[in-house]
Amino acid sequence: MQPQPTTTAPGANPVQRSRKSISQHIVEIVSDSGEGAQKAGQSFGAICAKMGNGVWTVEIIPSDIQPPPRTKESTSGIRIRIGSGVITNAGDEADIVIAFNEIAPYSRIEQDAYQPGTKILLESMWATHDDEEVRENYTRAITDFKKLGFDVYEVPMQEECLKLVPDARRGKNMWVLGLLCQLYNRDIEIAADQIRHTFRKKTQNVIDVNLQLLQGGFDWAGQHLDFLYDLPPTLGGIDQVVMNGNEALSLGIIASGIEVCSMYPITPATSTSHHLAECFERAGGLVHQAEDEIAAIGFAIGSSYSGKPAVTITSGPGLALKTEFIGLAVMAEMPLVIINVQRGGPSTGMPTKIEQSDLLAVLYGQPGDTPKIVLAPSTIEECFQFVILARQIAEAFRTPVFILTDSNLATGVQPFARPKPRKEWFAPPVDQSPWPQGLNPYEWDSSNGISKRPIPGQRGGEFTVTGLNHNKEGKVSYLPEVNQRSSTMRSRKLAAFAKTLKPPQVYGEDHGDLLIVGWGSTRGAIEEAVDRARAEGIAVSSVHLRFMSPFEPDLAKLFKNFKKVITAEINYSDPVDDEFIAPEHRRYAQLAWVLRARTLVDIGCFSNVHGQPMRPNSILNAIRSITQPQNA
Amino acid sequence: MYGLKPDPCVLEVPDKYYSTGDYEKGVARWCPGCGDHSVLSAVQKLCQEKQLPPEKTVFVSGIGCSSRFPHYMKTYGFHGLHGRAFPVAEGVKFRRPDLNVFVVTGDGDCLSIGAGHWIHSIRYNMNLTVLLFDNQIYGMTKKQTSPTSPMGTISNTHPHGSVLPPINPIQTTLGVSNVSFVAQTADWLPGHLYATIKAAHEHQGFSFVKIMMRCTKFLPEEAKKMVGDKEHMTLLQHSDGIEVDMATANLFKHTVQHDPADIHQARAYSEDPEMSYLGLYYRDKTAPRYDLYGAHNLGATSEQKLKVLEEEFDKFAV
Ligand SMILES: Cc1ncc(C[n+]2csc(CCOP(=O)(O)OP(=O)(O)O)c2C)c(N)n1
Ligand code: SF4
Ligand SMILES: [Mg+2]
Repeated sequence: MQPQPTTTAPGANPVQRSRKSISQHIVEIVSDSGEGAQKAGQSFGAICAKMGNGVWTVEIIPSDIQPPPRTKESTSGIRIRIGSGVITNAGDEADIVIAFNEIAPYSRIEQDAYQPGTKILLESMWATHDDEEVRENYTRAITDFKKLGFDVYEVPMQEECLKLVPDARRGKNMWVLGLLCQLYNRDIEIAADQIRHTFRKKTQNVIDVNLQLLQGGFDWAGQHLDFLYDLPPTLGGIDQVVMNGNEALSLGIIASGIEVCSMYPITPATSTSHHLAECFERAGGLVHQAEDEIAAIGFAIGSSYSGKPAVTITSGPGLALKTEFIGLAVMAEMPLVIINVQRGGPSTGMPTKIEQSDLLAVLYGQPGDTPKIVLAPSTIEECFQFVILARQIAEAFRTPVFILTDSNLATGVQPFARPKPRKEWFAPPVDQSPWPQGLNPYEWDSSNGISKRPIPGQRGGEFTVTGLNHNKEGKVSYLPEVNQRSSTMRSRKLAAFAKTLKPPQVYGEDHGDLLIVGWGSTRGAIEEAVDRARAEGIAVSSVHLRFMSPFEPDLAKLFKNFKKVITAEINYSDPVDDEFIAPEHRRYAQLAWVLRARTLVDIGCFSNVHGQPMRPNSILNAIRSITQPQNA
Repeated sequence: MYGLKPDPCVLEVPDKYYSTGDYEKGVARWCPGCGDHSVLSAVQKLCQEKQLPPEKTVFVSGIGCSSRFPHYMKTYGFHGLHGRAFPVAEGVKFRRPDLNVFVVTGDGDCLSIGAGHWIHSIRYNMNLTVLLFDNQIYGMTKKQTSPTSPMGTISNTHPHGSVLPPINPIQTTLGVSNVSFVAQTADWLPGHLYATIKAAHEHQGFSFVKIMMRCTKFLPEEAKKMVGDKEHMTLLQHSDGIEVDMATANLFKHTVQHDPADIHQARAYSEDPEMSYLGLYYRDKTAPRYDLYGAHNLGATSEQKLKVLEEEFDKFAV
């Protein structure tokens, strides 16, 4: 279909279409599951990225598997944040909401996703529904929304779609995509290409119908909406890919040359293995779905032991089950990559919600002394890169390496520069040459704790791996000096690895009134809050840690340049002013605990367990109340 | 591998010939008379007879007296966690189909803490030789009731006798779908023990061998009784079964013909409360093997991997 100039339908009121220029906006499409809101949102995000705009999308997932329709529990959808420049997080309250029914916005209102001034474009078919209760609900909702200060626009989505297709339920999403393209002045030809791409495996007829729906929504918005925007792109010109953090992890696994992923299904980690299983069929490799998480890591260890490092991927409850094997991997010095996509905890917690509560469990959660290397990607691009890095560290240091991500990264979708994979990223072939004569299986180099590992198949390297303490010959030994030495050698690897790290980059000035320390997926929100606070004249900076064990160097020195240092994290801490809590009993957020112990700096924390991404505005408010307590 | 090729005039000369000593390491620290010693000898003899290259042979075990086994083999070994030998062995075999992988596990290790893995490993049917050292007690931790302790066994956890009927490992194994090899032998019948382990090793699939074991330290009376009790032992014989020499066969008072293809009869024998049957209960050479599924997708080249990465980036490109 060729792009057509928008025409005024007979009887429609032509409106004045002056476009307001904006630098960023947040759109939500909310519906019942199965109505294609997510597909529309992803397509819209891709169109924006293609035009050179910054994008972050995140899916809104129903809390039940089969919730009854038109309930708060059944709300499904997507948030798309678009900007002129790079967008690094899901942002604060939405500007535009497209609602397929009047119930869906309620669940988002509960999560403070909207604010006065938010525009709700509401499907109007419910106004004339056969069921009186539905009609009443609809009217009540409009009153509620207006009371909350939202601007409500009734949009005849169903009616308009029925002009083009017999079943509006399967097409409304593309009509809405057309509406959004008009609203934000998108290039309709790029949008049409996106539809052709999305439906490339479908018949020409399906593509044509969807193109008509796109144009239908586009034209309708042009004729009926009295607010239209312009979002000038400033990016572009580089090849980009757009994916979520779990997909980035799975491509990272392939790019690292890892060939075995052993797992047991658990939200929100599982989707990584779905994508990986499909890719491995072509790239060589296997996803093993084990009988439980203990078996999953045992299998990965067996596979690492006899070949290239393997990966096991899990989330909180699964991490708990893997504990004993993690200890063995440290003790036996087994190269292994362990990915933990954090979710809400403890116990089964909130499987689909966002939390960063496993840091201490990963660092210290195993009985005995278990030094290990822990990485925490802070962007989706880093989810890809850090697997490649982790595999190399695991092999070079003969140790398990953790990657800690979270639901926010797992489900967030962001464009990044298309990687240029190189053969050097892949694990080298398994060494099967004869084992050097006289070399011990744990011939520790005292300067770095590293020793070369014999791999089955290497003649002359025969030895027995054991979780019992052992000497450099691999022989079981409980002698005091042997246990002291082997413990020292396992620990020394961290010291040696730490030497390879550079001090982290400070965002903002390297001194000031306040430093915010973050880790993982909160990076974008923290830096955005810092930008806003600095614009208000507050001397705040941030630093984002990506190596959790060992830390990057010179943190204590950096912290001393600020009057106050706090962490911002999505995990539990006692409030400072809680009447029930004596200062020495206060429980800090997890990174804050570790940093306080390491640096002896009196580091505070801003944290919550709302299960939501941290919002720039909430961090900004925290910054304000710390730096300007009198105004707070 | 050794001996004459089909062309009788050409001798195949191995690049190295292994003697039993090439598989022996250190002095086994089991109690005198412990059944574990005889299994060790039988396995070392099997490795020698089969000329298994030590570097291509891996013994994976859990934790327990029996699980110390790999330390006494001059091959690769993996003495891992209590109950978790199966997953490790599976990971090794999945990644390295070229290795000979043995699993050594105890009755507590396999049937209690590792029971979940045991059931699934039967179903995976990977080419593993599994030796269950069933001494009906926890030896390593000093005489606690094991899942196979006969009802009434006096132990440190049940000073007045254990109160539940034991698990029947053969019956259970025969009940799991995709089971492919189940045999029973006893540590004090070296000929039968050797023949059984050999048949297990030759079977291409998950070969489950339950070895009746003596714990001379904690169940000395029972150990003595078991060895002398010919009344309650029957030899399973069949042309498709496990071949034993005359001397071994003569040790049995009772013998029955049993076709190892007959799973119903196998189950019936496994459930006989009066009699222990030694020999091959069941064998299915056609059961699907998970390690073959694993092997189908190994060894892709860097070029193939790069190609897939580019294809994927095309898919995600904007
Ligand atoms: C997770 C865990 N729990 C408990 C133990 C203690 N433990 C070591 S061996 C063993 C029992 C071994 O019994 P069995 O498997 O029958 O082997 P045996 O010593 O009789 O050969 C126990 C309970 C352990 N090592 N690890
Ligand atoms: S305690 Fe029992 S099983 Fe352990 S070594 Fe001694 S006799 Fe053998
Ligand atoms: Mg035992």
